[in-house]
Amino acid sequence: MSVATEAPSVGAARALKCRECSTLFPLDASFACSECFGPLEVDYDLSVITREQIESGPASMWRYEALLPVAPGAATRPGLNPGLSRLVPAYNLARALGARAVWVKDDSGNPTHSFKDRVVGVALENARRLGFEVLSCASTGNLANAVAAAAARAGIDSVVFTPSNLEAGKLVTTAVYGGTLVAVQGSYDDVNRLCTEVAAQHPWGFVNVNLRPYYAEGSKTVGFEIAEQLGWRLPDAIVAPVASGSLLTKVDKAFREFIDHGLVDRRAYRVFGAQATGCSPVSHAFREGHDVVRPVKPDTIAKSLAIGNPADGPYALDVVRRTGGAIADVSDAEIVDGIRLLASTEGIFAETAGGVVVATYRALLAQGLIDPDEEVVLLNTGDGLKTLDAVAPVCPPTLTVTPGFDAFEAAYAELRP
Amino acid sequence: MSATVRIPTILRTYTDGAAEVTVDGATLGDVISDLDSRYGGIAPRVLDDQGQLRRFVNVYVDDDDVRFLEGLATPVRDGASISIIPAVAGG
Repeated sequence: MSVATEAPSVGAARALKCRECSTLFPLDASFACSECFGPLEVDYDLSVITREQIESGPASMWRYEALLPVAPGAATRPGLNPGLSRLVPAYNLARALGARAVWVKDDSGNPTHSFKDRVVGVALENARRLGFEVLSCASTGNLANAVAAAAARAGIDSVVFTPSNLEAGKLVTTAVYGGTLVAVQGSYDDVNRLCTEVAAQHPWGFVNVNLRPYYAEGSKTVGFEIAEQLGWRLPDAIVAPVASGSLLTKVDKAFREFIDHGLVDRRAYRVFGAQATGCSPVSHAFREGHDVVRPVKPDTIAKSLAIGNPADGPYALDVVRRTGGAIADVSDAEIVDGIRLLASTEGIFAETAGGVVVATYRALLAQGLIDPDEEVVLLNTGDGLKTLDAVAPVCPPTLTVTPGFDAFEAAYAELRP
Repeated sequence: MSATVRIPTILRTYTDGAAEVTVDGATLGDVISDLDSRYGGIAPRVLDDQGQLRRFVNVYVDDDDVRFLEGLATPVRDGASISIIPAVAGG
C-alpha cells in the first residue's frame, strides 16, 4: 500500500504564470504577480484530447475537464454541474435584423440562471483542493447567486459581497441559499476593493480574487460548447458582454485551444464586445485607440456589467483588435429594446446584459462593423427574471378587463379593430 | 506629513510581514519614495521603468482611486490612509 504524499491533482495544470512578465508561481490561492502585479493565469501541460473523449463525457461543462484546472471526475463531486446550455438558432431575430445566421448561446439555463455557475464550478474545485472552508466573492449579483448556491450544495459556508443597490431579483436569489450576504453601500468597484483587502486578512476562498486564475478558466467552457454545438466548428463572429472583460478573453482562448488541439479547423473569427454606454470604459478605449482603460463611475440599468475599473479590459482590447472585431456601447433605452426584441422574436427573456449584447449587435450591423452575412453567436449570460425592473415600465398587461365576456370582446375589439 | 500605507500580501516580504506601515510624504510620489527608502526594493514593484504606476496596481488615498485624482502627484494630508491593491480582481 502506498501512502499518498502528492498534493491533490489539478488535472493538466502545472503552474500559475504571470500574463505580463511570465514569472511562474505554484498553484496556490494567489492572483497577482509579486514582480509586477500582473494577473496570474493557469498554465498547462496538455496531452492529446479527442472529440470522442469529450462527447463521451458528462452532459455538463465537466465534459471539458481535461482542459480545465481540476482533478478528473469533477462531475462526481458535490457541485451544481452547470453548462451545456442550449445554442438556439435565432431565425426570427436574424430576419428582424436583416442578418443571415444568428445563434444565441443561452446561459440563462444554468442552475442559478447565469454563466457564473461555470466559473464558480472551477473555483469550488480549487477551493476544496486548497482547503478553504468558506467560499466568497465580490459580485454584481449573478456571481453571488452562483457562489451561495454552490457553497450550499458543497456543504461549506459562503460570505458574498454585493453593492446594496442591486435588483431585488439578485439579492433575494442570493440570500435564499442561506449563506452570509454582505450588502455594501458602494459601487461594485468599491466592493471589489473591499474584497481584495478582506481576502488578504481572512482565510476565505474568494472565487474572483485569490481563486481568480482558476475561476476565469471556467468561462472557456462557453466557447468550447459553442464550437461543439455548431458541429465542431467555429462561427464567423461572437458578440460577448464586457464587464471585467474576462468572459470575452476566455471565449477567445477556448477557440484557440480547440484549434491547437485539432478539435476544430483553424479559421479566422472575429470577437466583438458589448457594453452599456453608462459604463463603457473598454468601448471608449477601443474607440480612442488606447491600450489601457481609464476607470469610470458606472450609471446604467445593466448592473451586471457595471464594472467601472475592468480587470481584463486591456486583454479584451487585445483580443478584439487581434481578431478584427470591435467594442461598442448602447444606451439604456436600446438595452430595453434589445431585451424585448430577443424575447419577442425568440422567446428568450434575457437579463440586461443580454439586452446589451442584442442591442450592440444591432448597432454594429448599422455601423457596418459586422456584415449581415457573417454567422454570429450572441452570448446571453443571464435571466431576465432577475432584472424585471428594467423592463417592467414598458411591459404592462395589454388589456385589463372585468371578468365578463362582453367586457373582453369590447376591449379586444378596441385593441384590434 | 505622515501617512499609513496598507501593504498588499504580495509586497509583505519587503515589510517583514507588516500589513500596515507608516511613512512620510506630501504627495503619493513622495510616499512611495519614502516607502522604498525604508523597505528597499518596493518602489520597482509598484512603478514601471518610466516611474509611473504599473497598470495593474490600484492606489487609493483616503479611499479615492488616484487615477481619478492626480496620480503620483496626488496630495497626501497628514494622517492619510493609503492602500496599494492589485488591480486584477473581480468580474
